[in-house]
Amino acid sequence: MRKLSTHRRHPLAGLLLLAVGLLLTGGLYSAVAPEPAKAEASSVSQIEAGRQLFLVGCASCHGLNAEGITTVGKDGKAGNYGPSLIGVGAAAVGFQMETGRMPMAQTAPQALRKDVEYTQEEIDQIATYVASLAPGPARPSAEDVDWTKVGKKGISEGGEFFRTNCTACHNSVGAGGALPSGRFAPSLKGVAPAHIYEAMVTGPQQMPVFSDELMTPEEKLNVIAYIKTVQQQGNDGGIGGGGLGPVVDGLFVWFIGIGVLTGFAVWIGMHGTRTKKR
Amino acid sequence: MSKSTFTKIEESPTGKALSGPVGWLDDRLGLAGAGKKNLRKVFPEHWSFMLGEIALWSFVVILLTGVFLTLWFVPSMAEVEYKGSYLPLRGIEMSQAYSSTLKISFDIRGGLLIRQIHHWAAALFVAAMMAHMLRVFFTGAYRKPREINWLIGVGLLSIGMVAGFTGYSLPDDLLSGTGLRFVDGMVRSVPLVGSYVEFFIFGGEFPGDIIIPRLYIAHVLLIPAILLGLIGAHMLLLVYHKHTQWPGAGRTNDNVVGYPMLPVYMAKAGGFFFIVFGFIAVMGALIQINPVWAYGPYNPSEVTAGSQPDWYMGFSEGLVRLMPPLETTWFGRTWTWSVFIPGVGGLGLVFTSLALWPFIERWITGDDREHHLLERPRNAATRTALGVAAMTAYGVGWLAGGNDIIALKFHLDIFAITWILRVGFFLFPVIAFIITKRICVSLQRKDNETLTHGWETGVIDRAPSGGYSERHAALPVADQYELTSSRERLPDTDEEIHTHDAYGVRNPKFRKHRLRQKLRAWYYSGSVDKPTVEQMEHAADHLSDVDHPVELGEDFQGVSETGVPRVH
Amino acid sequence: MSNEVETTNSPVGDPIKDPGLGEHQYRPQDVDANQERRTERQIATMFGVATLLLIGFCVAYFSIGSDVRVFAFGDPADGDAFGGWSAQNFFLGLTLGTALLLIGIGIIQWAKKLMGDHEIVELRHPAKSSDDDRSAVLEDISAGVNESGIARRPLIRNSLLGAVAALGLPAIVMLRDLGPLPYGHTNTVWKKGMRVVNDVSGTPIKPGDLSVGELVNAEPAIFFEEDEEGHPVIHGTALMQAKAKAAVIVVRMRPEDITAAKGRENWGVDGILCFSKICTHVGCPISLWEQQTHHLLCPCHQSTFDLANNGTVIFGPAYRPLPQLPLAVDSEGFLIAVSDFPDIVTPSYPELARDQKKLNEKFGGDA
Repeated sequence: MRKLSTHRRHPLAGLLLLAVGLLLTGGLYSAVAPEPAKAEASSVSQIEAGRQLFLVGCASCHGLNAEGITTVGKDGKAGNYGPSLIGVGAAAVGFQMETGRMPMAQTAPQALRKDVEYTQEEIDQIATYVASLAPGPARPSAEDVDWTKVGKKGISEGGEFFRTNCTACHNSVGAGGALPSGRFAPSLKGVAPAHIYEAMVTGPQQMPVFSDELMTPEEKLNVIAYIKTVQQQGNDGGIGGGGLGPVVDGLFVWFIGIGVLTGFAVWIGMHGTRTKKR
Repeated sequence: MSKSTFTKIEESPTGKALSGPVGWLDDRLGLAGAGKKNLRKVFPEHWSFMLGEIALWSFVVILLTGVFLTLWFVPSMAEVEYKGSYLPLRGIEMSQAYSSTLKISFDIRGGLLIRQIHHWAAALFVAAMMAHMLRVFFTGAYRKPREINWLIGVGLLSIGMVAGFTGYSLPDDLLSGTGLRFVDGMVRSVPLVGSYVEFFIFGGEFPGDIIIPRLYIAHVLLIPAILLGLIGAHMLLLVYHKHTQWPGAGRTNDNVVGYPMLPVYMAKAGGFFFIVFGFIAVMGALIQINPVWAYGPYNPSEVTAGSQPDWYMGFSEGLVRLMPPLETTWFGRTWTWSVFIPGVGGLGLVFTSLALWPFIERWITGDDREHHLLERPRNAATRTALGVAAMTAYGVGWLAGGNDIIALKFHLDIFAITWILRVGFFLFPVIAFIITKRICVSLQRKDNETLTHGWETGVIDRAPSGGYSERHAALPVADQYELTSSRERLPDTDEEIHTHDAYGVRNPKFRKHRLRQKLRAWYYSGSVDKPTVEQMEHAADHLSDVDHPVELGEDFQGVSETGVPRVH
Repeated sequence: MSNEVETTNSPVGDPIKDPGLGEHQYRPQDVDANQERRTERQIATMFGVATLLLIGFCVAYFSIGSDVRVFAFGDPADGDAFGGWSAQNFFLGLTLGTALLLIGIGIIQWAKKLMGDHEIVELRHPAKSSDDDRSAVLEDISAGVNESGIARRPLIRNSLLGAVAALGLPAIVMLRDLGPLPYGHTNTVWKKGMRVVNDVSGTPIKPGDLSVGELVNAEPAIFFEEDEEGHPVIHGTALMQAKAKAAVIVVRMRPEDITAAKGRENWGVDGILCFSKICTHVGCPISLWEQQTHHLLCPCHQSTFDLANNGTVIFGPAYRPLPQLPLAVDSEGFLIAVSDFPDIVTPSYPELARDQKKLNEKFGGDA
């Protein structure tokens, strides 16, 4: 029987010892280490946490106290790196950050939807902080945006509101539309009901505000129900061409219609195989 | 080897059975005379001759599907509350026209399919007419004796566009209603009488309650009647003049080479009808067009982003978008140039130029001969370049009509697009003209080179002294003939024109003649004449005087456009 | 050796003579009975399949319900769904279309592969009539015209022409009742004290309801009023015609951003302004409001108006600035119009200058 000492000289002995040491240290530490601080339910610490996050990720454009950083262009026109957030409410923060628009990656005519940078908890904290600065629109509750509860009459009415207030920028099926100077009203495809609500009530960037006093939460929910119903029903007639209307139809007519039929014409006019046999 | 299977029709069982009824008819109608001339009429074969057929068969599809739609469509602007099966619009007030269109789309089986086939066929009808017109233009087929047929064609294109516009305005949806609002504004801009025209068309203030029924009767009765008449005249002239043909072996200006109407052309044209109909039906099955339920009923307070008319109105729409603001007040009246010039003037200019072109060309060239052989576009360099320039201007108008879609999809600034196209409308056609003319002239030169130096066979010789050269072979005679026939221009027959005659009397036509001479010189500038008889004989000697001629093989059938030998 | 041919102005004779039609070449189906039978079978199969598809069309017509969908992939709410097309449309269209295509392709194959394909030469005739025909026609016309005496009898000829020309008059005159004579567009339904209400819901507007940057698509209150029996006061065609002139938008900006023209300083309420919704170009309703730039963009032809600067045109083909409606607040605190529009609304028309003058006299203001 080999003594322990002979194993000590195994080539892998050092490695094994190292692994054992690491495991022991780690295990001991996790056993005796103190509990990490849990996030407290108290809103005061939410606001403070939010403020900390704000200072790191948002203040460089929106100012240390969210008062905005204004600029004056060469033409004397006033502008800003980031507007004041005092009074925009939690709804604005929820919309901008949960759709990834904020933080903006680079200056552009408008903030674009992109991957979300923060966790939900962090966004909630920043929202609480911004809401604490001054009264502003609150985030809608789950009931406020539960569009599946809206009945047929509500959907029809929502359609009327949609066609009166929204299609001019976003187009009849929510495919989006162009605005001056490189800006655009984005497509409504894949937008969560809560975000549609928040966009209406806060008016992000160039979008106007539709306050709850003039368009009640119920009317807003009807609009959301209409949008979602129409999006879910699919295109009855076939390929939808992106919902962009006659322009796309014209492209289809020329490239597919005339193209394929001309192809048939070429085939008809071609003479086929010839043979030398008599 | 084919056995002889020729049977006289009057001896076959079917022929014997039919001889009674056919004889009865002929006793009363004397059809044999017409039959004698037309049953075996010869039509030449080429794919580009079938573009007009696409238009013709689409029109038949439109008629068939249109009759179906009239069985359910209600052309009334009376208000009604929607009670049909499309839930998002339930309970909404709308016109009966819109409501009946929704019924066709959702409550009549096959209704949506027929609506989509009808609309695709209409869009294809206008597109095919345009493609056909371009073919006729670029090959010079509108020259004598076919000027009248060209004018009929211009009439068909313009009235076809009106047919389309009246058609898609019938459902009274938000998109087409916005188009009618545009027409209202455009009609107002007609100088002096604009308000009268507006009130007479709409029966009062926009939108009134009569415009849809009026458009309806125009769309289903008046316009189809005119179109059928024009199509009939168009076909009649085609049969009388016989179709033009491409130059080639055996083809001259005085004959037609091809296949007979019965059976080959009837079969090919008839078969193509089924193909056109079938393909449009497949498009109607797979691609959605004009989803009026998504737009909602027309309401003068509503609009959708990306409002465009159907594609053939895109040129007019684009010009209206590009035009800078311009309005004057003269003699106590307002003259709205920013709408009138592009709106009425744009398409007016297009159709007037189209209609006048054959006569302008005839005046410039002085060519009064009958032409039945087509010209390759390269051999009429200025005409081709002018055509491409016109297409470019038209294309700029098209792009401008969709400038907001372009801005949206490509993330561009819509104001920048508008400015670029404002300048481009005048600049791009000039650039296109120059480039096209140069390309045509160089293609002519290339043809001459191939004729006089043969084609490059790809067989490389290495000389004893070390240099490499490629052997050329003469084109087959058929190809040589093809490249040299239908390629000539008349000498300038104008005698020297003087400002005054021998007695010192002023020549009243001097200016006009001088202008014509200058235009003629410009028209033919750059083009090169084909090789002379001597040059071709010299070329033939030169090319056959070779120690080792290239073996072309039994299957050689000539050389393609790009210099690749063909075997069939 | 240069390939530049001398360009002379004289026509060049054909350097190559017409070699005539080439030798006829046969198709496999012409010489090989197997190929012929194979092609026949191929074509017959196409026709057979077409027949089956047409029967399939009938089956689909009666068996597919209107709410059945095809190709519904993905969750549409996510934005990358595909399909969800009407199964009725899909199957009816594909069966019919493919059947037609097969019939067409079969006929063409028959023509190309099996029908006789010898090229035939037919001589053309000149387009003009023969000289004999022409002189015969001239003789006939001369005989006819002389017998009618029309050339010798200018009195009856000219008076006939006059009468026939006059026949055009009833045709033209009878079109007079196509519509009423135009009466200009000097007024809309707006009048002093009429409330501005939210479109669709009819809710009246208090200034406090509006935030800075808000846009309201609004209408005159009369569009939502009902009579004693509960019927709308204006409805149907009259409502559409009135809307096409009276639709407005209400926007709220910061008062310091607004540069009111002379005489318009009190047309707004606390930075709340009201403008016509009908574009002065060709009449599309405009509500693309950019709350930060204060620009209003019309989607039809991109006319852009600056609402902070009295609705002046800053881009696009519109010529006239957007008309503004003066606002006030009534005793209950709701927004009302002070009067009708002092400027002509809707697109320009020939009598615009005259009608605007009338309005100027009525309101005593500048255009």
